[in-house]
Amino acid sequence: MSLLTPQRPSEGAHTHSGATMVPDASRAERTASFEVADFPVPHGREEEWRFTPVDRLGAFFRDEPTGACLQWEESLPEGVTLSTLSVPQWRDLGVPAPQDRAAAAAAAHSGGVALVDVPAEAELAEPVRIRLTGTEQDLVHGHLTVRVGRFARATVVIEHAGVADYSEVLTVLAGDGSHVTLVTVQEWDDASHHLGQHDVVVGRDATVRHIAVTLGGGVVRLNTNTSYTGPGGSFEGLGVYFADAGQHLEHRLFVDHEAPHCRSNVEYKGALQGETARTVWVGDVLIRASAEGTDTYELNRNLILSDGARADSVPNLEIETGEIEGAGHASATGRFDDEQLFYLQARGIPEDEARRLVVRGFFAGVVARIGVPEVQEHLMAVIERELAGGGE
Amino acid sequence: MSTLEIKDLHVTVETEQGTKEILRGVTLSIASGETHAIMGPNGSGKSTLAYSIAGHPKYTVTGGTVTLDGEDVLAMSVDERARAGLFLAMQYPVEVPGVTVSNFLRTAKTAVTGEAPKLRHWVKDVKDAMGHLRMDPAFADRNVNEGFSGGEKKRHEILQMELLEPKMAILDETDSGLDVDALRIVSEGVNRAKERTGAGVLLITHYTRILRYVKPDFVHVFVDGRVAEEGGPELAERLEAEGYDRFHPVNVEA
Repeated sequence: MSLLTPQRPSEGAHTHSGATMVPDASRAERTASFEVADFPVPHGREEEWRFTPVDRLGAFFRDEPTGACLQWEESLPEGVTLSTLSVPQWRDLGVPAPQDRAAAAAAAHSGGVALVDVPAEAELAEPVRIRLTGTEQDLVHGHLTVRVGRFARATVVIEHAGVADYSEVLTVLAGDGSHVTLVTVQEWDDASHHLGQHDVVVGRDATVRHIAVTLGGGVVRLNTNTSYTGPGGSFEGLGVYFADAGQHLEHRLFVDHEAPHCRSNVEYKGALQGETARTVWVGDVLIRASAEGTDTYELNRNLILSDGARADSVPNLEIETGEIEGAGHASATGRFDDEQLFYLQARGIPEDEARRLVVRGFFAGVVARIGVPEVQEHLMAVIERELAGGGE
Repeated sequence: MSTLEIKDLHVTVETEQGTKEILRGVTLSIASGETHAIMGPNGSGKSTLAYSIAGHPKYTVTGGTVTLDGEDVLAMSVDERARAGLFLAMQYPVEVPGVTVSNFLRTAKTAVTGEAPKLRHWVKDVKDAMGHLRMDPAFADRNVNEGFSGGEKKRHEILQMELLEPKMAILDETDSGLDVDALRIVSEGVNRAKERTGAGVLLITHYTRILRYVKPDFVHVFVDGRVAEEGGPELAERLEAEGYDRFHPVNVEA
């Protein structure tokens, strides 16, 4: 259970089937298409858009190219290549189709797909780093694919900063037996908007970790969809977000278990500070009849640090077979605990330091799981700064 | 030599039925090295006294004074009170997820003394104190009170008393929920800290059992928000034999 502000009791309640609006009969039945025209312009009452301020996102739904782009800086370890594919070439890779109008427009109009290729059996000592910076508020269609060959090990860190309206399609193709960690960091300026569809395709016996760190941006909405091409695949989805006044940070995950004996584990933690700070987390898991031996768990926790903030948290689990290892979810949203504060203060610790201790403690577990030291250190530093700033 | 002076303290709390007066004029004076036991039936206001002195926001002081060596305690924030030398061992210590015991203890010690403790001495002090309280060294890496048993929580409270070296320690039902072995270990910790630092102790308890291990100099019986009777250790023995019944007039609400 999760809903925090009581004004709209019908929204955000804990449901197992997305029941409050007109639900899809199953999560699997949602439209997926490469044609922009197959998706009407959303009005905001659709199940998948109901939490999103679509009125601020009109440019994202236009079916036309803009020609704008972000500034790129990349650092590629030896053996890793960066090339450009045409959209038809990209589709020939067998990639998942876009699942909403913004993603379909981004895929169609990006003008080319940036392909990061990690060769089979490569073991990267350093992460692939891509830093994308927006310099003006034009709509940018961004289209990236990360392809990691069989048995390779790779970490990819993509950072976003600056001012932009960024509509993104990112595809991660993890070859059989590969180990992939993809970190996406959103540290946009407050005026920026970012809609992203991330598709993670987990190969047979592959292990993929997708880590979303969302700290900056006016509206950020990431849809992360995971599918498996064979048995033995493992997906870990981690997320950390911190919303200040005026920010809308939304993370939606969909794990589609079709192959048997695969695992998924999702843990997202967020803090909200300041009036009108807003976060949304939706975690959909579908275990299809064929996905015997699935083991899945998802967890979302939100910590509200001041009045007027609102967090929605909606886990959905659809199970079509009983032959599974385990399936569960947990969701909780709570206020900053005054009793914790009293306990720490009663030991002489000043209030601001006590708050920092508690918030650091709240994030400590999930941050430790990220496993990329440079990202962890940076993230904790930013959280400290956010707390020191008191939500400004 | 320190003195904690409580004079004519009145405290209210907000309930669903409105404002309720819990303390109705409490007067107590505790000097360094003294142990005062506060005993009384459930609901008599014992814990309210403890939390009011510590500054819990739930309680409103409507009258009276609390001073430590002449300084106005009631004007201080919760953390200022702790830094002034007050310590409250809580009946229900709170979990703080993600904050390890060792980090917590070091942060608290730094706050109370105004400077970070010298690492080498500190590590030894913590280790020794934990050893005395029969706490596994692995305890230091666990999150504060998270998944602790009742006995572990109480030992952890007394560990803090030993390490933070307060002038005045208020122990709120530290004995409740402890088996005899744990009670003895915790009591030894209180005595050790008291002996070493000369702290004054205000021991709040429902039972006389802990008083066999921590010897009180004074016993105050709390009934209905004020001290109903005061005396020496012999009063505790009398309560042990007779219970609290004689403090309840027959026509009083339960």
